[in-house]
Amino acid sequence: MDLIRFYIRKLVAIFKGEVIVLPSRIVVAVFFLVLLGLPLITQHPYVLRILILTSIFAIFAASWDLLSGFTGQMNFGHALFFGVGAYGAAMLNTNFNVPPWGSIPLGALAAVLAGLIIGIPCLRLRGTYLALTTLSFPIILMGIVFAVPEITGGELGISGLDRLVRSRVGQYYIAVVVMVVLVTIMWKITDSNIGIIFHAIREDEVAVRASGINTTLYKLLAFCLSGFFAGIAGGLYAHFMRIAGPSTLEVSMSFQVVIWSIFGGVVTIWGPVGAVFVLFPLLEFFRFWPEFRMLLFALVILLILLYMPQGLFPWLRDKIEHECPRCKIRNVVTRKTCRICAASMH
Amino acid sequence: MILDIIITGLIHGSTYALLAIGFSLIFGVARIVNIAHTAFYMVAAFCIFFVTHNLGLHPVVGMLLGVPVVTVLGMVTYRIFIAPIREHEGAVLIGTIALAIALQEVMLLIFTGDYRSVPALVPGYLSIFGVKVQYQQLITFLAALIILGLLRLLLLKTRLGLAIRSTAQDREVANLMGMNESRVALYTVGISIALAGFTGAVIVPLTIVEPFMWLHPLIMMMAVVVLGGLGSIKGSFFAAYILGFAEAVVVFLIPMGAFLKGSVALSIMILVLLMRPEGLFGIAFEEER
Repeated sequence: MDLIRFYIRKLVAIFKGEVIVLPSRIVVAVFFLVLLGLPLITQHPYVLRILILTSIFAIFAASWDLLSGFTGQMNFGHALFFGVGAYGAAMLNTNFNVPPWGSIPLGALAAVLAGLIIGIPCLRLRGTYLALTTLSFPIILMGIVFAVPEITGGELGISGLDRLVRSRVGQYYIAVVVMVVLVTIMWKITDSNIGIIFHAIREDEVAVRASGINTTLYKLLAFCLSGFFAGIAGGLYAHFMRIAGPSTLEVSMSFQVVIWSIFGGVVTIWGPVGAVFVLFPLLEFFRFWPEFRMLLFALVILLILLYMPQGLFPWLRDKIEHECPRCKIRNVVTRKTCRICAASMH
Repeated sequence: MILDIIITGLIHGSTYALLAIGFSLIFGVARIVNIAHTAFYMVAAFCIFFVTHNLGLHPVVGMLLGVPVVTVLGMVTYRIFIAPIREHEGAVLIGTIALAIALQEVMLLIFTGDYRSVPALVPGYLSIFGVKVQYQQLITFLAALIILGLLRLLLLKTRLGLAIRSTAQDREVANLMGMNESRVALYTVGISIALAGFTGAVIVPLTIVEPFMWLHPLIMMMAVVVLGGLGSIKGSFFAAYILGFAEAVVVFLIPMGAFLKGSVALSIMILVLLMRPEGLFGIAFEEER
């Protein structure tokens, strides 16, 4: 009993000392709570469907940030991982009757393999070369998909996958919980030693290599990790839509994830996730004017970028929180002194 | 069959060369990966379609009007949307993607998604060894070569060309030598978009005009640029013909080739990159400054 009380007290202390003090953390906590509690308010299938897709794409966008944001290896072909994950899960499910909880991780492993296959040749390339080369991989795969319709279903894709679960609310909870868990894992990875090395590779690869770190290995690791998470997103997508089609490999899919991530602010993980939760429902909202939908979307992005080239969420965060000039801890704008070191904030 | 392959290869090669050189010009001078490059090519094609179909004028008038219109459009959008955020690499990247989508959607709104075509400049064909060669194909190929020659003259013989080349080599030093770097960048964007517009103009009688026609050339253009070596105009030129011919061979010789043409061309690019990571004519990497 005492132990439980101890942990509860510890939790409350963390909540008081770490979460309440910063508006951005309160927003994140409220956001997760609202997401988890939403089916209590509405069970409208359309709303849930949008949020399920949003959650899936949030995983996808965060995985792009893990690779391209953190290590700076611009990947223009991220749809490859998504597509391999989706097709892998679909083939396992339809041909071998593997249930979703098995086919999605196995599909993600196929995506990891794809990450290895493209990572090994691509790591000899840098910067823009890498970006433009990676763009070609999903297109190559799409050509193969079209060329062997007996296995891949060609243009129509593989349909008739098992549902994740029967009820829409169940699907919603699976998607949201998986999203929260995976995003937290990704965020933790970027917070760990590995993440620090990733970030260092982005800033100055030569310096990292000079410190005795095998950068190629770490870049390959980034490709595999990112491929895994994107593959899970692809598998979830395939099982939710119950079809894995060539649209998962399209160029627009690769571009979409780049737009989401950079719009939300790279090298953050939470930025891309937030951006998907803003942009994807926004795109659905624009269905009110179907013919202007993509145009409005593109204009919103162009106009917001003009004012916040760093991305939407870092800009917002800088408006409500300031960094202490002495100890570099973030504080609410309203505070006169730093909450940790009590130095003056101005 | 062989002649068919040669003709298709030459024509696709020329288009890719024109597009890729324009793309590497912007990249070299302004460090902008301009995804919207081929979108301007699409806009030029639609300009010509509009002039010939809706106004009923000769295609040449369309070309004379279309290329300047696209150039001005490109420079204006660059000034408004891209120039203010040029220091932020990522923002520029998705800025150009968004620009391309916006242009595509505007064209979709005005002209709808129907497949259109534009009449040839000179109808009729020439018979070479019993194979029909349309006059339009000859014109397209020759025009592409002439433009490439003019571009070479511009870059090598004029003061603007000198400014462009030196800015591409080292932005800061060029700036210190008294070249207005942002103005050079603006001019380069103009030249590059004009090249894209011109490509659209010469190819338009040979292809279908539709708002999504920019996607395939975009990918091939990027492959050409990487294969030839970023910033190397000679490299882009040769790589464009290599990939153009590769596509043509696949389309004509392999069943289901139309699906695989992109895959094969891109695989060639990746194979070459495995052996020469800096591309065919690129210089070995030096650290980014």
